[in-house]
Amino acid sequence: MENFASLLHGFGVALTTYHVMLMMVGVLLGILVGVLPGLGAPNGVSLLLPLTFTMDPVAAIILLTSMYWGALFGGSTTSILFNIPGEPSSVATTFDGYPMARQGHATQALTLAFLSAGFGALVGVILITVLSTWVAKFALRFSSPEYFAVYFLAFASFIGLGAASPFKTVVSMGLGFAFAAVGMDTVSGGLRLTYGFNELLSGISFLIAVIGLFGIGELMLTMEEGLRFDGIRARVKVRDVFKTIATLPRYWVTLLRSAAIGCWMGITPGGPTAASFMSYGLAKRLSRRKDGFGQGEPEGVVAPETADHAAGSSAILPMLALGVPGSATAAVMMGGLMIWGLNPGPMLFVERPDFVWGLIASMYLGNIVAVLMVLATIPLFASILRIPFAIIGPVIVVVCFIGAYTVAGRPFDLWLALAFGVVGYLFKKLDYPIAPLVLAMVLGDKAEDAFRQSMIMSRGSLSIFWSNGLVATLMLIGIALALGPLLSIVLSRLVKPKASSAVA
Amino acid sequence: MLKKTSWLLATAVAVTFGGVAQADWKPAKPVEFVVTSAPGGGTDNFARVVQSIIAKHKLMDQSIVVTNKGGGSGAEGFIYTKIATGDSHKLTFGTNNAYLLPYVAKLAYKPDELTPVAAMALDEFLLWVKADAPYKDAKSYIEAVKAKPDTFKMGGSQSKDTDQTLTSLIQDATGAKFIYVPFQGGGAAGVQLAGGHIDSNTNNPNENAGQWKAGAITPLCVFSPTRLQGGVKVTATMGWSDIPTCKEAGIPIDQFQMPRTVWLPGGVPAESVAFYADLLKKVSETPEWKEYIDRTSQTNRFLAGQDLKTFIASDDAKNRKVFEQEGWLVR
Repeated sequence: MENFASLLHGFGVALTTYHVMLMMVGVLLGILVGVLPGLGAPNGVSLLLPLTFTMDPVAAIILLTSMYWGALFGGSTTSILFNIPGEPSSVATTFDGYPMARQGHATQALTLAFLSAGFGALVGVILITVLSTWVAKFALRFSSPEYFAVYFLAFASFIGLGAASPFKTVVSMGLGFAFAAVGMDTVSGGLRLTYGFNELLSGISFLIAVIGLFGIGELMLTMEEGLRFDGIRARVKVRDVFKTIATLPRYWVTLLRSAAIGCWMGITPGGPTAASFMSYGLAKRLSRRKDGFGQGEPEGVVAPETADHAAGSSAILPMLALGVPGSATAAVMMGGLMIWGLNPGPMLFVERPDFVWGLIASMYLGNIVAVLMVLATIPLFASILRIPFAIIGPVIVVVCFIGAYTVAGRPFDLWLALAFGVVGYLFKKLDYPIAPLVLAMVLGDKAEDAFRQSMIMSRGSLSIFWSNGLVATLMLIGIALALGPLLSIVLSRLVKPKASSAVA
Repeated sequence: MLKKTSWLLATAVAVTFGGVAQADWKPAKPVEFVVTSAPGGGTDNFARVVQSIIAKHKLMDQSIVVTNKGGGSGAEGFIYTKIATGDSHKLTFGTNNAYLLPYVAKLAYKPDELTPVAAMALDEFLLWVKADAPYKDAKSYIEAVKAKPDTFKMGGSQSKDTDQTLTSLIQDATGAKFIYVPFQGGGAAGVQLAGGHIDSNTNNPNENAGQWKAGAITPLCVFSPTRLQGGVKVTATMGWSDIPTCKEAGIPIDQFQMPRTVWLPGGVPAESVAFYADLLKKVSETPEWKEYIDRTSQTNRFLAGQDLKTFIASDDAKNRKVFEQEGWLVR
């Protein structure tokens, strides 16, 4: 219970007018960078970093983390309104958030997203408060085989999700793996699939692919359909926000499960993106309204959002306690810590309790501030949908390309985004699912590295994946999840042989 | 050997006329700091510390923009610098990867297409094992590895990079044989050691200091000709200066250090090289720089002009020998 005393002390540190003001500024800036696809939290935080050099470390980290929260919330906004994820981790939110918006339920979708995100973040912070010591020790048990098992689990939970044929899912996932392999390889130190293009040295950014596949691809489809968004006539009523708040407790099972997945993936190296995909996959599988998923099921918004934010906030813990960042943004903040003269690692909790607990306390406050602020912006954002497509369409194109450029400041990425736009359009036309490609791009090279590191460690023996209780359990759950849908397909085929025409 | 005549000339001119010339050249627009690592990496830290010191002491009139181009182990940043030939407003931060990367990967730049400005510090390498391992010194650890070849795992950052080069040197010098496991960065290799998943690593002081302080891992020796500075105890019984050099401890490797280097594109006027060398020299004399060096336990060594060239040439030759022997060379 010593942690609670420290936390109370932390609130004392964090709760000053100056700090609360910094939180509000940070959250506002964060929403701004989150809304712009491409200019995500990692970019935003590194842009802001130089300004914090002269600040006191506690104030500086409060500003940066608040920006992070704001960006996570902002990223969901564009997913829901335009099918363009502002952050990699909000791709899964598009699956049901965007259909909801098209059906005129943008307000509900946004409210649900923000509230469940806030809930997830809160659970993540509570976990840090209560279990920080234990969690840090647990994270030490993870090595390459365990990492691979976690990624395997993420892939497995996503298998058999879409309505598309398994063949098309495999093609899409295979393409994703290929894109993920471009650039310099960690294990061999060699270049792969760069074909002599300097631009491909650093690999293909996942963000560019998302901007193209979702943003540009979606716009092309909309244009073909006759220059309009469907079903956007719904009026924006502030009352809807409160009505939706009242429906939230209905999803308590999803909320708790997703928060657990999020915390797990935040502490282990899965990260927020894997968390949101996995949580969506499991929610769909375990839901009573399976068929509604992908067509605007509120549960499909709640699940990824909760997990995303739970992972986002719990990823701060490995950064502080081990010096290993759990997400890209955490990596930038870690750089900040060192410049402010702090050494992240196991001793930070002992040496600078005022900083650590001030930060943790500010995570509670920052998230509450963020939820209140984003809820207040809902009517504004939801009314954007009422603007005619002839105006908003070109604006989205501009925003997409600005976003693509800001990822790394390279003109080449603009062409890449355009190419991915065409791919996205073709995928939709030919009914290929995009999600497996995205998942494979995010986790593909990490999973590959982990697998090959494991093989180096075991000198080529697969038995390393059964070598201890932790990795064996993870692999077993993964295999069970992967085989589950296959078994049910086989069973249904045996019962109704004629229903097999879906595979073409 | 490399053809370095062009920048040899350039720097020679810079050194000769440096004192006179630097008054003639000043940045006319914001200067871009190109960082050849991802945010949070060692090189990123180095560049941002320099940036913060310049800003704090107002050492330059123009503002600074930091961009991270860490793709391909930093090659992205060096190629970006090469393409910017003649642009004196792009200062690139790296390590010895600037001249070593093109040996191990086919890349669209050659080291002589960049202009060296300065080396500001030498980062040290240590041999670390888990704290509860039964080895009290480097000698007994190496003996244990020799007794069971190809079973001990040595972790490090990336492949065909400094950590693997050093591992190869240790193997040559002692006859021990490790399994080298490449991780994404030194931080990850440190945590893997603390968790007992690998047997040792060759991390820089800064990458492992936290775990050492926490009692999870312990250093056996440092690959430096002299012991490290710093009298303050890190743990109850040991401080940085209590770590023996590897040579004392029985591993016959005299010196293995990684310079933190700063570059300009090729074809820049000698005056601008002199300006930045002078600017960085001023940075290295501030208390904030000393504080950074102490905190990261690096060796403070400012090199420019002829000294820098000599250093690069010898470091280049030393590493090239290892690459050749391991069959890593691509050209």
